[in-house]
Amino acid sequence: MSLYARSAAPGTFVIRGARVLDPVEGIDSTLDVIIEKGVIVELAQPGGKAGGKPVAAEGLVLAPAFVDPHVHLRVPGREDEETIASGSAAAAAGGYCAILAMPNTDPVVDCAAVLGALVEQAQEDALVPTGFMAAISRGLAGEELTEMGELAVAGAAAFTDDGKPIRSAGLMRRALQYAGSTGRRLALHCEEPTLSHHGQMHEGIVSAELGLGGYPSVAESVAVARDLALAAYEEQPVHLMHLSTRESVELLRRALADGVRASAEATPHHLCLTDEAVRSLDTNLKMNPPLRPEEDRRALIEALKDGVISCIATDHAPHARQEKDVPFEAAPFGVTGLETAFAALHTNLVEPGLVSLETLLERMSAGPARAFCLPIPRIAIGEPANLVLLDLESSWMVVEQRFRSLSVNSWLLGQTLKGEVALTVAGGRVAFGSERIGA
Amino acid sequence: MAEIRAISDDVRTSTEPPKRHLISIEDLDREIIERLLATARNFARSLEREMKKLPTLRGRTVVNLFFESSTRTASSFELAAKRLSADVMTIRAVGSSVDKGESLKDTAHTLNAYQPDVIVIRHFQIGAPRLVAEATGAHIVNAGDGKHQHPTQALLDLYTMQEAFGHLAGLQVAIVGDILHSRVARSLVQALRIVDAQATCIGPPALLPRGFGQIGCEVTSDITQIESADVVYVLRMQSERMAAGENFVPSLREYSARWGITPERLRPGQVVMHPGPINRGVEIDARVADSPDSLIEMQVRSGLVVRMAVLYDLLTKGPVSLARPVDLNEVA
Repeated sequence: MSLYARSAAPGTFVIRGARVLDPVEGIDSTLDVIIEKGVIVELAQPGGKAGGKPVAAEGLVLAPAFVDPHVHLRVPGREDEETIASGSAAAAAGGYCAILAMPNTDPVVDCAAVLGALVEQAQEDALVPTGFMAAISRGLAGEELTEMGELAVAGAAAFTDDGKPIRSAGLMRRALQYAGSTGRRLALHCEEPTLSHHGQMHEGIVSAELGLGGYPSVAESVAVARDLALAAYEEQPVHLMHLSTRESVELLRRALADGVRASAEATPHHLCLTDEAVRSLDTNLKMNPPLRPEEDRRALIEALKDGVISCIATDHAPHARQEKDVPFEAAPFGVTGLETAFAALHTNLVEPGLVSLETLLERMSAGPARAFCLPIPRIAIGEPANLVLLDLESSWMVVEQRFRSLSVNSWLLGQTLKGEVALTVAGGRVAFGSERIGA
Repeated sequence: MAEIRAISDDVRTSTEPPKRHLISIEDLDREIIERLLATARNFARSLEREMKKLPTLRGRTVVNLFFESSTRTASSFELAAKRLSADVMTIRAVGSSVDKGESLKDTAHTLNAYQPDVIVIRHFQIGAPRLVAEATGAHIVNAGDGKHQHPTQALLDLYTMQEAFGHLAGLQVAIVGDILHSRVARSLVQALRIVDAQATCIGPPALLPRGFGQIGCEVTSDITQIESADVVYVLRMQSERMAAGENFVPSLREYSARWGITPERLRPGQVVMHPGPINRGVEIDARVADSPDSLIEMQVRSGLVVRMAVLYDLLTKGPVSLARPVDLNEVA
């Protein structure tokens, strides 16, 4: 199990009177959840006399904590933008009990030495269990495979060249063949670079009007088609990252029906926004893949509901203030998301009735855990406590001062969201909201 | 002009109303365009006098900030400000394209210390005028930002068409060439829509932006479609688009053969316009450029009075009534 966190004393407490909602266990009832030394020991009818420090949770929802399979922690190399400590604190505040970090750092996580240093750092600093993906190709150059066997032994959770597509179909085939022997998944950034070429936003009416370089939907879907065909041919599993287009979803749906072992993720921003938002030229709306039109957003929501897309991933991508404080075309791609994912999706998908709360909770927790063979957070006796306590009625405004992340490039700044994380328990330790635990 | 959307309203702490800017044609409506063209016409009359200078903007400061090469736009704004007696300073930062965002914001802060009334900015990146608007207290005039907008060009083109035809509504305008990379085309299509004229964009398939047909103009690669146009508006074929491997068109020679504007392709009564600088023999035949049907030189003259009108409108508070002729000697 390739997740690492700093050691801390496991908690002993009782979460009293919450609506316990675990879509995997099929629980939806008001219960007291008794945790001893970090382990769930009893699910009791409310009002019992069980000992332990109480957490008053009447009116709140207690669910399995979230798992984010796509986070940029920016270490090594850009510790001004994020660190393991700040990024994992942001994850804790967002309700996560596990996160997976991307290897497109400086230096790239493409050898056991770099990975080993990260694992050590996480054991010192990580507030929630953190895993690290290693690169598929050395230096993300798309030419030579990394030593995946040694990297897997050193703790790599999966392999990805995220941020860059694998240009060569031949190398992709070799990566699929070899990764299979290590028992680790490939997580793929699907983009045909000769089609996304200089693209700044989705190619469509809005880009035509603004004059921004177009990044067409087909730049993603031709890569999805190629990689699904290779995965089918090699009979290997793949995970498709940050899908953004209707065509990609249709290709995935067909491949799943044909028995291809594929999983896929969508981000909160692609599920909540469309390319119309880019008219403001706000650089916090610039991401790769870009925001797409409403019909693509609707296709992503449908796929999330029926499970074709089984994971929500934030693609949390912190950037220094001065790098985003520039004209749109000069700005880097990426937005933060760990601390706002649940609230944004609750506000924009659950409240309007587009997605049920149960589905959202499952896609933020069990879905991603399953895709990467991580332990599934469950509310069951004998399980380690991986819990998030949610106040669905609380409205709060997204402001810079609230962020634990070192970066503030959020597309939600200034917006009021409904739904707030009150307490996060990760691996039996209280990672966020400890002030809620009474004496 | 209408305020640009949601700029700095939230940042501004005082109750001072947001500054008016000219950043995109989309922010204008028909009434404002008519007002600007009427003001420009008044200025054109005033320039017929022997004494061409007006005291209107005496004591006001206009800064021209050009991050991209320009001959006609920079000189036109400078002369427009001088004709109105404003103090004008032109800063050319051409070649400093390595200095991107941060330096642009810092440059804006530095200039703001001089409390300019207007900053005219040309930049190679979309969104630069917005950034300067947020960083300074000046009225911002967009003199071209990347492939996005060039609103004063569209206004001077409308002015030129109105002078030539006496009206704008119902005019048919064929815009020919590299639409994809053209801020002039984008601004002009929007401006023509506002005044109820019809635009048709004609060019090689890869140089027609996908989705353009859905925003109220015809899009075709068939050059014979210029037939019905009153105005044939020719865009410059930018040589950088011809770089090896780009393949927007197979060659410049083939472009000229299929889309170049020659006397044979025009019919009597059509006029030809071009935002300049022109590539004779590429997008436009020299005989067309020099013919009496060419309004190219008139466009340059229109540019001066239209830019005077823009500066005047931004700096004189409140809308100028169309019913009342502008008093050109009024000190703002």
